[in-house]
Amino acid sequence: MRMLTLAKRNTKEILRDPLNLAFGLGFPLVLILLLSAIQANIPVELFEIERLAPGVSVFGLSFMTLFSATLISKDRGSSLLQRLYTTPLTPTDFILGYTLPIIPISVAQCIICYIAAIILGLDITVNILYATLFIIPVSVLYIALGLLCGSVLNDKQVGGICGALLTNLSAWVSGIWFDLELVGGVFKRIAYALPFVHAVELERAALSGNFGDILLHLLWVLGYAAVILVLAVLLFLRQMKRQ
Amino acid sequence: MNAIKIEALTKKYRDVTAVDGLSLCIEEGELFSLLGVNGAGKTTTIKMLSCLTKPTEGDAYLCGKSICREGTEVKKLIAVSPQETAVAPGLNVRENLELICGAHGFSKEKQNTKIKELTELLGLDSVSRKKAGKLSGGWQRRLSIAMALISEPKILFLDEPTLGLDVLARSDLWDIIRSLKGKVTIILTTHYMEEAEELSDRIAIMKDGKLLVCDTAEGIKAQAGTDSFEEAFIRIVKGAAK
Repeated sequence: MRMLTLAKRNTKEILRDPLNLAFGLGFPLVLILLLSAIQANIPVELFEIERLAPGVSVFGLSFMTLFSATLISKDRGSSLLQRLYTTPLTPTDFILGYTLPIIPISVAQCIICYIAAIILGLDITVNILYATLFIIPVSVLYIALGLLCGSVLNDKQVGGICGALLTNLSAWVSGIWFDLELVGGVFKRIAYALPFVHAVELERAALSGNFGDILLHLLWVLGYAAVILVLAVLLFLRQMKRQ
Repeated sequence: MNAIKIEALTKKYRDVTAVDGLSLCIEEGELFSLLGVNGAGKTTTIKMLSCLTKPTEGDAYLCGKSICREGTEVKKLIAVSPQETAVAPGLNVRENLELICGAHGFSKEKQNTKIKELTELLGLDSVSRKKAGKLSGGWQRRLSIAMALISEPKILFLDEPTLGLDVLARSDLWDIIRSLKGKVTIILTTHYMEEAEELSDRIAIMKDGKLLVCDTAEGIKAQAGTDSFEEAFIRIVKGAAK
């Protein structure tokens, strides 16, 4: 129950910030509309709504990293965390309290993306439900990245690292905005060694009903999510001890 | 009865000794001030006593509980109002208080009673629906103290509670701190001489992690041979440097 108090507070902090709503929900919607408009004039296979919607729903999660990291780093900076460390809240309460509230926000963002995609012509099938469910492990990956960054960076550094670097990285190497085959070589190998393209491919496979392709990409995502989450928890506990 | 008994408490960070063999006793219900220039070891002392950092050597007992061995028990007895206001900026005043009640696992009934009691005590009624991040520094400090008091602590640590406040806000906060005297043991750190003199039952002056003197304001002035507390502080601290 104590953890739920912290989780509730974190949800309110995130949802009450108009910038979070603008970037978390508004920006992915603008991207879907804009690229669909481009697709309508100059057809590109990559921007067909069946391929674009899963990509944008994953890209939108990079803002969840930003929200999570900003919240933790600000709480560290303002000493709110220091105050809470003197209460009976346990380390598990803190980890879950910062992680769990962002999962439903991620799912809500994904649902909004798919509703926009349906309005733009995406066929309504049960696969949309699967794609929405598979956004959960992907969101854990992005939230863990936020927990990790928030535990070691101050809020200004979070703005630079998560707001600029990570969003760009997850855009370039995810195969959402351009086909990685077009670049090929080392770039493609690096991209496929990272989890972002696998997250997008996982979503695309779920939406298109290619369930045979899901497992491999899911393992990549879960593997990275587990490693980053463990690292994030260790770094969070380290800064907790330092306080 | 001793609320706090500190025995040779020491904190070292690599080659820097932040607190050096501090020993003293603080009575129950006493308002005790830790005074010193920057880097004197005041905040480190509070962090050790509130179990936020472990001592390198020594120990301290809060209501008989060891900070080294019984941290969880100690946390149930204390509350801290840190140097920074440490409020949740996106939550309103009431929600901030609810957050701390929830962290302590209070029932709904107890939560409502405590919030009513503290908003009245600290005059927070008029701003209870305002977002904490939109409040002035003085109001944020009041909220910070209310958040610290809500767990009914036996020992309250106030770390620089009036830092950055204007004269009126500081005066208001002094009234609040005075109203708490005797009800809870208060450990106050401050840079302001007049604050320590005005509010404290006893004052400890620290420098470079060491305790230079511990007495009433009058006793310290008498020891330094001056009627001005500020002058007494300067003489004691400068005397220690010679």
